Amino acid sequence: MTQQTDAKLTSVNAVKDANDVSTETAAILGATGAADRLGSEYDEELLRKERKANSAWSKLRRNKTAMVGLVIVVIMVSLAVFAPFLTTYDYKAIDPIASYLPPRIPVIEDLGIFDGTEIKKGPEGTSTVVNPYVQKNRTDEYHIFGTDKIGRDLFSRMLYGARISLIVAFGGTIVAGAIGVILGLIAGYFGGAVDSVIMRIMDGMLSFPFILLAIILMTVLGSGLFNVILAIGIGNVPNFARVVRGEVYIVKSQEYCNAARIIGVSNIRMLFTHILPNAISPLIVYATLGIAGAIISEAALSFLGLGITEPTPSWGQILYSGKDVMNGHPYIATISGLFILITVLGFNLLGDGIRDVLDPKMKK
Amino acid sequence: MSDLQKNKTQQASPHEPLLSVKDLQTHFYTATGIAKAVDGVSFDVDAGKTLGIVGESGSGKSVTANSIIRLLPPRTGKIVGGSIRFDGKDVLAMSQKELVSLRGSDIAMIFQDPMTSLDPVFKVGHQMVEMICAHQDISKDEAKKLAISALERVGISDPVKRMNSYPYELSGGMCQRVIIAMAVCSKPKFIIADEPTTALDVTVQARVLELLKELQRDTNTLILLITHNLGVVWEMCDDVMVMYAGKTVEKAETRELYAEPMHPYTWGLLDSIPRLSDESKGLLRTIPGVPPDLRLTGTCCNFCNRCIYAQEICHKEVPPLIEVKPNHFVACHLQNGERTLVRESGDVK
Amino acid sequence: MLKTILRRVLQIIPTLLIVVTFTFILTRMIPGNPAATILGPQASAEDIAKMEIKLGLDKPIWEQYFDYIFAVLQGDFGTSYMYNQPVTDLIASRIPNTLQITLVGLLIALVIGVCIGIYSALHQYSAGDYIFMVLALVGVSMPIFWMGLMLVKFFSVDMGLLPVSGRGDANDIIDVMRHMVLPCFCLSTIPMATFARITRSSMLESIHSDSIKALRARGIKERSVVWKHALKNALPPIVTVLGLQIAGCFTGAILTESIFAWPGMGTMIVNAITNRDYMLIQGVVLFFAIVFMIVNLIVDIVYLIINPRVNYEGGGK
Repeated sequence: MTQQTDAKLTSVNAVKDANDVSTETAAILGATGAADRLGSEYDEELLRKERKANSAWSKLRRNKTAMVGLVIVVIMVSLAVFAPFLTTYDYKAIDPIASYLPPRIPVIEDLGIFDGTEIKKGPEGTSTVVNPYVQKNRTDEYHIFGTDKIGRDLFSRMLYGARISLIVAFGGTIVAGAIGVILGLIAGYFGGAVDSVIMRIMDGMLSFPFILLAIILMTVLGSGLFNVILAIGIGNVPNFARVVRGEVYIVKSQEYCNAARIIGVSNIRMLFTHILPNAISPLIVYATLGIAGAIISEAALSFLGLGITEPTPSWGQILYSGKDVMNGHPYIATISGLFILITVLGFNLLGDGIRDVLDPKMKK
Repeated sequence: MSDLQKNKTQQASPHEPLLSVKDLQTHFYTATGIAKAVDGVSFDVDAGKTLGIVGESGSGKSVTANSIIRLLPPRTGKIVGGSIRFDGKDVLAMSQKELVSLRGSDIAMIFQDPMTSLDPVFKVGHQMVEMICAHQDISKDEAKKLAISALERVGISDPVKRMNSYPYELSGGMCQRVIIAMAVCSKPKFIIADEPTTALDVTVQARVLELLKELQRDTNTLILLITHNLGVVWEMCDDVMVMYAGKTVEKAETRELYAEPMHPYTWGLLDSIPRLSDESKGLLRTIPGVPPDLRLTGTCCNFCNRCIYAQEICHKEVPPLIEVKPNHFVACHLQNGERTLVRESGDVK
Repeated sequence: MLKTILRRVLQIIPTLLIVVTFTFILTRMIPGNPAATILGPQASAEDIAKMEIKLGLDKPIWEQYFDYIFAVLQGDFGTSYMYNQPVTDLIASRIPNTLQITLVGLLIALVIGVCIGIYSALHQYSAGDYIFMVLALVGVSMPIFWMGLMLVKFFSVDMGLLPVSGRGDANDIIDVMRHMVLPCFCLSTIPMATFARITRSSMLESIHSDSIKALRARGIKERSVVWKHALKNALPPIVTVLGLQIAGCFTGAILTESIFAWPGMGTMIVNAITNRDYMLIQGVVLFFAIVFMIVNLIVDIVYLIINPRVNYEGGGK
């Protein structure tokens, strides 16, 4: 503290001296053109601009990967949020006759693609083009992603499924983050035996292949939205706990923490006002990447028949329902898988971008 | 052909200095513009002499050094003009292969942080042997012997044991000695020392500088010493060049420069050294302000905004480097021609 | 160094105990009575009670727990209700099948992934680098179970080039290899992409480090600078990721095996869970955990060898 003040005083004095001497030349200074580019205006305006350009958000905006990711994420979240306004069919409405209608998209059907026709393979390599919309007497309907086994509109189910998948992903990450952060803070801050016990338990949890842990949790808890969130959340706790603990250890050894302790800052206050804010940037990165992982996890669990089950739609559940009809009606699994892939890609891009911006050194 | 060669070597031998840098321009291509890190720097140095380059961080001293051995970051850093001649050869015209054989054999470089100048995951001995074998056609055992004798020479006790140490097991001063020992092995004609003592303890600093001097005496080595420590310059250098924002602002023999500094920036530098003899217990003088943005220089004197003597012309024209006295060059409008500035008293009451 | 290794080995014990406890608690929490499951829906209450005694389920829970721990310490993982065979035998019979695809997949991933990473680092910002890194990002985002489905649909059903599922005729090497192509490809996708990414960033960091610059200044040949010094400096993160990917491979194996009906550990545990085969679940989970810990231990030791600084720092604490 004192050192700083001294330094400041020195520089203030120096500036004063300089000003005194240069009063004569001040007029000249003001009158010149070229100097403006290096002068006080440079110091303030350019610095301000530079500072603004170096803020996290504008760096993120210049980061192409992050922006591509953000656009994908925003689109997917909007699809989920505005599902009722974007769909014309009820996602629950059953129409057994209109089962497995292939995709039919209004504008481009004239071009001969997605026009509701299917190629049916006959015996001995023969194939015929059929149009289930005509066969099933549904010529005035347009299911842009087709329909499923019991004639529900796949587009509506994908959009409402996005809600479930994203809720699971965000929910799971929040659960994991909340528990993990608290455990990590406690372990890192108190150290010693507390740290050992918590971290050994985390190591133990990490020793299970994640999917196995989730599978067991799902069998214990039973399927259902809340349980999927819980299973994915618990499975991801160790990752967060480890990150936070590591950060706490780094921050704890820094001088200002000792200083704060000396002036009598309480433990809890220390944790939340001095240590946690420093751990925030890796946490944001891990959370973003964690959401990507959680989307895959939900899909994997549902794919094994353990996650979200009928009639609730989720991307994983739709993929599961499409896997057995892969040969006859591949569009169900293809579309749901693509949604999962693109969304996961979006979150990964965003997470990568945020990491580059917040801490270039964390790249490894 | 042979005539031409002879002619060349003859040209090279009698009067050409060992190192000659002319109007060197090194630019960095950043996302926000071109930074003129080195903007027209020239100097000649003879074998056995030491040139000190002084300036604050970002003044282009290190970039000058890296330019000479062409070790600039690929893509972003580029030498865009000027010439560098070393030992009669044009460094800028050299192929990558020639450069590799030049570095480490005829030219040795010592960096600021000795701890990061050695590869952390290989043993010291291994790295020394690797370097010796890269430049000399000798067996590994001979290289090992050479390395051990070099370590001994730089004053490392128990060199055989140290050969088997990893760099992290050595102290900073010890690492710097190892690096000097590496330089000793190949008997370089030219050593670039880029702030060789900055990261070391004061007591170790003196020893490292002494070592460099010894080495110079023994093999008539040219040393380019880059530093911001004017005390080190006084101890070591025959000539000094003061750099500011990529340009040379003053260049003279060391004694001359200390006795009669002419550029206001040099005054500032000299005034900011604490002196034991200084009886006025005033504050140290500092130079107010910060160096200019290197992307924007080139239209006026780079120092004009921090210079208390700045006049109209300083804001309009780039001052040329003029030989004011024999072998004393200054780039300052006010020192040039009829007008001469006199330094304000360094004491602040 | 030996001391550090020994300490690491000792650290495993508490973790192992926690894993055993976890598995025990979790499997006991799976709803449904295994005795009833074994005997089927027609079994009388008397029979079920007899079965419970036979299985030791009538004892207090803590007694079951200690019985289990002692048995595990003796290498006895219990007997599967479903197969009526010792769990260790079942694992022993299935593990080669799983290793067959995981090891091959991982090896492919490691070799190709690291090569791509080095290429990308050496040609940073080139078109090749750009394409590889986009592919790698798609790779890490890939739901491999979906990719497996698409591969089967395209290569097996539509093109008829490769078999749909199963292991093939064990006596016919070509047939076995044809059966392995898709599962291995599936398994290697995520590790390959991860290796490529980590190798690139780690190599870039080491290439741009001061010590590499100093090596160049010392006139070391570029080939040696890149392939000896930069690569060795870049190895630690790659080894760490290798350890994580070996563990991740088992997750991949569970999904991959269930797509391709590959008779390995993955299909076995999924079956065991649906049939509430306590002992088998416990055994397999424990086995995975032990394998994982051993892998981690090996990774840590390799880490010590390739990165002497860790040893120093560890010793200093």
